[in-house]
Amino acid sequence: MLRRLRGMLVKEFIQVFRDTRTRTLLFAPPIIQMLIFGYAATLEVRHIPVAALDYDNSQVSRELLSRFTASPYFDVRAYLNDRREIGDLIDRGEVTVALQINGGFAQDLRKGQPARLQVIVDSSNSNTALVAVGYINQIAARYAQEFQRTQLLRTSLFASSQIPSIVLERRPLFNINFDSQWFFVPGVIGNLILVMVVSLTAFAIVREREIGTLEQIMVTPIGRLEFILGKTLPFFLIGLFDTALVSLVGTFWFGVPFRGSIGVLAIGSILFILCMLGIGLFISTISRTQQQAMVSGFFFNMPAITFSGFGTPISSMPEWLQTLTYLNPLRYFLEILRGVYLKGVGLDVLWPQMVGMGLLGSIMLAISVARFQKSLD
Amino acid sequence: MTDHDTIPVLAHGLVKRFGDFVAVDRINLEARTGEVVGFLGPNGSGKSTTIRMLCGLLRPSAGQALVAGFDVAREPEQVRRRIGYMSQKFSLYNDLRVIENIRFFAGMYDVPASLLNERTQWVLDMAGLAGRESTITGTLPGGWKQRLALGCAVLHRPSILFLDEPTSGVDPISRRRFWELIHAMADEGVTVLVTTHYMDEAEYCNRLVLIFQGRIVAAGSPTELKQQAMTGELLLIECDQLGLALDVLQQVPGARDVALFGNALHVVVPDGQTSIPRLRDALSAHGVAVSRIEPIRASLEDVFVSLTARLSDRRT
Repeated sequence: MLRRLRGMLVKEFIQVFRDTRTRTLLFAPPIIQMLIFGYAATLEVRHIPVAALDYDNSQVSRELLSRFTASPYFDVRAYLNDRREIGDLIDRGEVTVALQINGGFAQDLRKGQPARLQVIVDSSNSNTALVAVGYINQIAARYAQEFQRTQLLRTSLFASSQIPSIVLERRPLFNINFDSQWFFVPGVIGNLILVMVVSLTAFAIVREREIGTLEQIMVTPIGRLEFILGKTLPFFLIGLFDTALVSLVGTFWFGVPFRGSIGVLAIGSILFILCMLGIGLFISTISRTQQQAMVSGFFFNMPAITFSGFGTPISSMPEWLQTLTYLNPLRYFLEILRGVYLKGVGLDVLWPQMVGMGLLGSIMLAISVARFQKSLD
Repeated sequence: MTDHDTIPVLAHGLVKRFGDFVAVDRINLEARTGEVVGFLGPNGSGKSTTIRMLCGLLRPSAGQALVAGFDVAREPEQVRRRIGYMSQKFSLYNDLRVIENIRFFAGMYDVPASLLNERTQWVLDMAGLAGRESTITGTLPGGWKQRLALGCAVLHRPSILFLDEPTSGVDPISRRRFWELIHAMADEGVTVLVTTHYMDEAEYCNRLVLIFQGRIVAAGSPTELKQQAMTGELLLIECDQLGLALDVLQQVPGARDVALFGNALHVVVPDGQTSIPRLRDALSAHGVAVSRIEPIRASLEDVFVSLTARLSDRRT
């Protein structure tokens, strides 16, 4: 039994490490992707291109617009003279927001009447649009408040100190600067391991089916479990190694703090990789060719990442979808990654996630092993 | 090792269905120790499916097969220890070296460490690969790969060997050499079941089983088959306009199993002496210029054409 398993392992490792291309493929892409995703995956909205159209042309309106020029969230790209130009700029995607100040703006404001600032926004990216409108709202509200204060200051010094206001005292925990990289980098680690382990496992088995060596091995006395173990153990080890590799990039390149224990992360990674091996194995049992395996893998990867809380928070999904995410191992792994990285929590907090992955992994592996038997027929 | 009184391969009423399709239909089969049994049949006739059931790779839908005395459905692991199997794909790892392939399969077959060197040497000698141990397998020519695949399949010295179209895509000289190896093994008491669609290879077998549409249509030694099947006389016709000639001959009463063989036609008639002039007349009446008509000895291909043609007629 052990001799056969060793034979399988020796063969797998020779195959993986002999080919320079395969060798580089195992380690270079995770690092490169980590770097790319680490920079690109962000929800922060900055430098929103803006066009300004000022029909009022007063000191007040110019001052309001200068608030936008000064803001890091907006880049005023164009000052227009005609509102008909707006549509074209937005169509061509040159600006996302157009601000239109109509004549009489300053007057209304001085009279204490609502002054209107028209905001035309390209909401084809609804998220950016929402965030942009939010920032505009803040800038406008603050400007109005200051305007009111200066007005009152002129009439009575006393009254101006009487304006009621609420001041936020922000005490953000875990990520003081709201750095979105800190949020995304641990997520990217999870995604990378998912894609790597699932596809490597599925391809390795399907390739043997394609070239006929699977059949050749199946006429030897090797047991099904021995074969599966021999086939998955190398990718289990490679998966662990890759996890360590991209985690190091996360910590030392992106400077995401690692506050928890390596041991907890290791346990979480092992359980997660086991789940992914189960999925990879399952895909190999439903695929005759590597092409089919690729497509099937894609059908797993996309929803798994979407419903993991990687980008969109699970709490904002419809209730029935939220329930479904409990079947997604990546959901648990991301909670563990972020818990260990940012919050520094241990098993006392993360044990439910561990149990969840343990259960899912066992079920998936059991189903896949059972299916593997039949898929030979 | 097999007892001397167990029949190495024994199948009874073996059936394999894939959905509604019956790939193998109640096949009975027997192979004795040291016998080379050839499975003959067109592609898709069920040869490979039968072999794969006998190896325990496919579960029979019905019927029973005993290989080395063990039931293939109930004790496939026992069966696998005693058989060697080689498919037309020469399923080796192309990215491994010759020696790595040998060691890998030796490991899979539990070849004891004490015998490993001796067996490895034996395989290398047999395949003519001594001195090329560290060649990457994928770069070997077809014939060498085929012999290496055979070597890897018999590292554990099985008493029964299943070969599924082992010579496809291999040059004639390598094929001949391969068959010499097979016969050498059979002489040592290895029972060999081999599928092929090369008719000339069938002559190398002690016994032939002809399969057509999942059923055994004839069985016997090559000589027996030729005598059995060819009731009548086989004529060779050389002429121009082969296509037209084929149509014409099919219309001549008494003539049957008309088939194209290279640039000539074969036809079976009840009696050569009376038929030759009739055929010649029929052909020239349609403007076909006949250069030669003469009786010849039947080859296995003729036997096969004759048997399958009769079956197709019956079914349609």
